[in-house]
Amino acid sequence: MEEKRAAVLDDPASSSGYEIVHSKSKVFYPEFERKTDLKHQTHYCPGCGHGVAHKLIAEALEDLELQNDTILVSPVGCSVFAYYYFDVGNVQVAHGRAPAAATGLKRACPDKIVIAYQGDGDLAAIGTAEIIHAANRGEKITIFFVNNTIYGMTGGQMAPTTLVGQKSTTSPWGRRPVNEGFPLHMSELLSSLEAPVYIERVALSDNKNIMKARRAVRKALEKQRDGAGFSFVEILSPCPTIWGKDPMEARRWVAETMIPNFPLNVFRDRKVEIPVNNAPPQKTIAELIGIEKKVDGKTSEPARNHRFHDLTIKIAGFGGQGVLLLGQLLAEMGMREGLEVSWLPSYGPEMRSGSAHCHICLSKERIGSPLISQPSVLIAMNELSLRKFASQVAPGGVIIYGRTALPVDFSCPQAQIVCIPASELADKLGSAKVANVVMMGALLEETECLSPATAMQVLEAKVKNPALLELDRKALDAGRLYIDDTVAVGAVTQADGFAQ
Amino acid sequence: MASQPRGDIAINAEECKGCGLCVESCPPKCLELAQELSSYGVHPARYVGQGCTGCGICFYCCPEPGAITVYRLAPPPKVTVVVQGGEHAATL
Repeated sequence: MEEKRAAVLDDPASSSGYEIVHSKSKVFYPEFERKTDLKHQTHYCPGCGHGVAHKLIAEALEDLELQNDTILVSPVGCSVFAYYYFDVGNVQVAHGRAPAAATGLKRACPDKIVIAYQGDGDLAAIGTAEIIHAANRGEKITIFFVNNTIYGMTGGQMAPTTLVGQKSTTSPWGRRPVNEGFPLHMSELLSSLEAPVYIERVALSDNKNIMKARRAVRKALEKQRDGAGFSFVEILSPCPTIWGKDPMEARRWVAETMIPNFPLNVFRDRKVEIPVNNAPPQKTIAELIGIEKKVDGKTSEPARNHRFHDLTIKIAGFGGQGVLLLGQLLAEMGMREGLEVSWLPSYGPEMRSGSAHCHICLSKERIGSPLISQPSVLIAMNELSLRKFASQVAPGGVIIYGRTALPVDFSCPQAQIVCIPASELADKLGSAKVANVVMMGALLEETECLSPATAMQVLEAKVKNPALLELDRKALDAGRLYIDDTVAVGAVTQADGFAQ
Repeated sequence: MASQPRGDIAINAEECKGCGLCVESCPPKCLELAQELSSYGVHPARYVGQGCTGCGICFYCCPEPGAITVYRLAPPPKVTVVVQGGEHAATL
């Protein structure tokens, strides 16, 4: 490649008053690091429209000086290898999902130019939902939709855009509307939506139309650069190989057959209108729950000196016992104490009487996964949960079991087991519903992981009814007292020294 | 100066896939497919040697990113006057 460059520069023409006006764009890699040894040329067939579309995009990015700010989303299809060619940020996504991925990229990096490059099988078939919703939301992205009315990479199956009467391997007698429907006109479809700012259909059919396509590509990128909104360019493109035509015939077919069916038009061209920001004021989590803000994105100093580095808790019981709520309360307490937290619920389709459990991580560092395979604490509200999850508890871990005594045939040698008749205690206080708060009291007293004062803060914030709040306060105290009085002091009755 | 053609073109035969779109598109018809085969077994496009205006149409019709390089005769060099005492050159 370097030799070739040098050869071009040494060309007698260049040294005798000539200057280069068109050459390989700097937006393309000097060499295409593909698996095969053909690193100097693209993988596209001779006469393929993708190459021309690539060049138009590359030239526009170079001229607009957007190369270093661009993220290109490659589709599935012939152009899946776009990331081998464009020297920009590249993401390759699942079939049809480019607009969805581009949405995420643009929202995470609003100052970047995010381009999704898609074919008609990708965009108009499997990705129809993604493109319509991205367009309808007015995502500030640019879509280049290369339409060749066929599935190219997979060998010429019928696409949603296949013309009436056009033969394909899955419509060997030609597309019949009565059986396969009519071709989908994506530009017209999207222009029925309110949000898009720029929609144009162009064709790579002849010199004039290629230059029109060049202007459209540029304009679409300018729209995004100026923050205008969703821009969409449909490029009618030849596919000589699958159509069974030579490159010149294929180009003529675009002009003579495709364009009458897919009329070229500027369907939408709105001026840049920055809409009034009517978004609701975004509050941070810290502001919402009234704790101090994190500084520079780092965890602030924990409000309390926790003895653990991270603590993983699994809470299991029947649906309706407050299992998931107890998890949420613990997570919020962790947040108030300056910890990183996660809460992951798991329950069946039945909301009550089925089994439910949740995973809570409390950590001084960022949490990698909210899923816990080896909890250090298990809160089992019933026997079923105890038997199901006890074996998962880490050695030296704690099991808090919500009944008076363990089942006779149950043993779990690696963990310390604490029994507390939570439902009975809660019932005595006035409502069996607060059994989960009794369990929380037991957890706080047994492990001292979080402060009971924080628990009351969270409960005060969550429970609006004063009577219920009082009940919760009593339940919390009852749980703590039971551990204090009954288990820790007076109830070490078993031979192994564990409380029962 | 007037005898010099306005444009020139270099085609990298190794990148050319011989689709012939440039040959068909060239307004002054100064491109052709070579008789001989390239190392990839195609007849690559070739400049006939005269007639190029440097319009660049072939570049935009060619699907390969770097197969075609188009040159245009540079305008006569601009006269540069150095302003006395100044660091900057004014271009006329």
